[in-house]
Amino acid sequence: MPFLSLKFNLQKRVKLAQGLWMLYWLAVIVGIILFSLGIFFKIELRKRSEIMDNNESHLVPNLLILVGMLSCGLNAFGGKLCHDSLDPQKFSKMKPMLRPYMLLCCGFNALLLLLVLLSFLMQFAVYLTLAEGLKNAIRFYKDTDTPGRCFMKRTLDMTQIEFRCCGNNNFRDWFEVQWISNRYLDMSNDVVKDRVLSNVEGKYLMDSVPFSCCNPGSPRPCIQHHLTNNSAHYDYDHRTEELNIWNRGCRQAVFSYYSGIMNSIGALLIFTIAGDVAGLKYLSTALETMADPENPECESEGWLLEKGFKETLADLLSKVKTFGRANQVEEGGASPDADAT
Amino acid sequence: MAVGKITFTKTEREKLAEVLWLLNWISVVTGAILFGLGLFLKIEIQKWQEVMSEQGILYVPHMLITTGLAACGINYLGSKICLDCADTNKFLRWKLVMIPYIVCTFFFTACVLVGALMCYSIRSQLEEALYLGLRNTMRFYKDTDTPGRCYLKKTLDLLQIQFQCCGNTDYRDWFQIQWISSRYLDMTNSAVVDRVRSNVEGKYLMDSVPFSCCSTLSSRPCIQHNLSNPGAHAHYDERSQQLNLWRRGCQQALLDHYTGIMQSIGLTVLLIWLFELLVLTGVRYLQTAMENVIRLGDPESESEGWILENSLAETACYNFSIIKSLGKCYQVDDDPNINVPTAAADQEVPSAQVQVNVTS
Repeated sequence: MPFLSLKFNLQKRVKLAQGLWMLYWLAVIVGIILFSLGIFFKIELRKRSEIMDNNESHLVPNLLILVGMLSCGLNAFGGKLCHDSLDPQKFSKMKPMLRPYMLLCCGFNALLLLLVLLSFLMQFAVYLTLAEGLKNAIRFYKDTDTPGRCFMKRTLDMTQIEFRCCGNNNFRDWFEVQWISNRYLDMSNDVVKDRVLSNVEGKYLMDSVPFSCCNPGSPRPCIQHHLTNNSAHYDYDHRTEELNIWNRGCRQAVFSYYSGIMNSIGALLIFTIAGDVAGLKYLSTALETMADPENPECESEGWLLEKGFKETLADLLSKVKTFGRANQVEEGGASPDADAT
Repeated sequence: MAVGKITFTKTEREKLAEVLWLLNWISVVTGAILFGLGLFLKIEIQKWQEVMSEQGILYVPHMLITTGLAACGINYLGSKICLDCADTNKFLRWKLVMIPYIVCTFFFTACVLVGALMCYSIRSQLEEALYLGLRNTMRFYKDTDTPGRCYLKKTLDLLQIQFQCCGNTDYRDWFQIQWISSRYLDMTNSAVVDRVRSNVEGKYLMDSVPFSCCSTLSSRPCIQHNLSNPGAHAHYDERSQQLNLWRRGCQQALLDHYTGIMQSIGLTVLLIWLFELLVLTGVRYLQTAMENVIRLGDPESESEGWILENSLAETACYNFSIIKSLGKCYQVDDDPNINVPTAAADQEVPSAQVQVNVTS
């Protein structure tokens, strides 16, 4: 008993071909969406490559762009195929192209599946790159006069403002680096000299954060300096104060943004694969199994799987077993003929 | 002497009707665009309405929204009319509606023009509204515990960050108001008390600015305090001072932002107005051509179409006299219902004289 089979007469086949033609053009639009999503993702990665050490992997957006273009091409051809399949003369011309086209589509779907896996797995790589990149960005914040790092301060300030975050894990990361350049420190001042000398590496460390960590939603003007010293400010307790500066770390904030983009890409790809496979399968079987090719008025059956679900699995399993035994010599053991793809 | 007289053959009339049908449908789309532009402008103004002192400028987007909706309706009706106008029989159905429809469309097109001109003329009103609004917002910056003003601090900080501006006209505006609430001032500290006492109104004024004035383009960490004393900071030279804070005032920044939006919207609305005028002219020609065909009696013949039947001066006089006679409708002159004494009155039977005794 074929799996999910439907009977088709001429009118139904015409309707099916028309419906699938529309579906193919929808798939072309989805291909365009995938293409633009790939471009968007690539631009977003480029925009913030400075806080990722210029080390980020562009594999997913590049593949997505390629897949988008391929999808447009293949689905446009499929649409033309559907359009021609209603006319028996044109269809007989197209018939030899059907099989290679189906194989190409299967290969394309395999590529889509690979891309789905990548878009979920590459998030780990993004997370690690972000962690490393932000650590360096905070270290090089003060080097606005070093070529190659002049804009690190600007980029990090804008990232902290845009993503509403402070530091790598949290704001305390700023306490561990010298983020004010020596150029702007008054070395003749005793306080400054003491602080520098008291540090092992001669760094000027403070319990302060840059202005971009400030939260505009705080009811009081921003407290940036002496954050851990309650007595330095009137009516201030650093343990209970939550609104003064952003609590979130930038690694978490930026990662959730990129993770959201990659998850939506994965979801869209799964939807595309499902649509492609189902539509393709129905059409190919309905047209291939016309009982009487000369009589367009006859009925034919279309299905998703030739045999029932369990039987197909059993078939596949036996095929896998015989694959292993292919090199052994067997008598009269021909592999099953059934085309169970 | 008719204004803009053109002769139409039957095929030309049908072609004109088809073209006008298409143009009317395009006008429905442009009407939707007009509606969308009005909605966009309304949302943009409402985003920052807290820093504007009065909501009077909302009449511009409201005007655009109503004219957009009217455009959709009128042009949809117009497309139906034009589709029927190709055939003289179907035209008879619309005959009575045509003149009111054309007059309505004429006034509606004038409204579109007024909408476009309003977009350009609103600049001075906006400037005033922004100046007063920003001044008040800055004054209430510290009142984060007063209901109705809690979010002014957040709004103004986000405004200064997004539009890269500081203060009303200049960052020095912050020196003239107390932007730190007394709740966060240590009144036991003698320095604080001195500063408050030295001010006539008892305000705590400083030469400092909030953090949102800090420029992200500066190469050194932001200097917010002691701004009028450059010597208080190490190596704080002229160049550092230029880059440290945002130089532009928020009034100028917002004015530029809204003027840019309104100018582009105004230009689009002007183009839509020209298109509507074209459609109106076409419909007028079609209407006069069809009426003349009916008057001539032969649907296959040529007919003339015009914009005005007589010259502009004669039409103006004619309309003026109609308006004058409207005013005279209650005067007695020609009213047939009033009893005017005629010769037949002599034949009336005289009524009996009744003696009325007046008793004193």
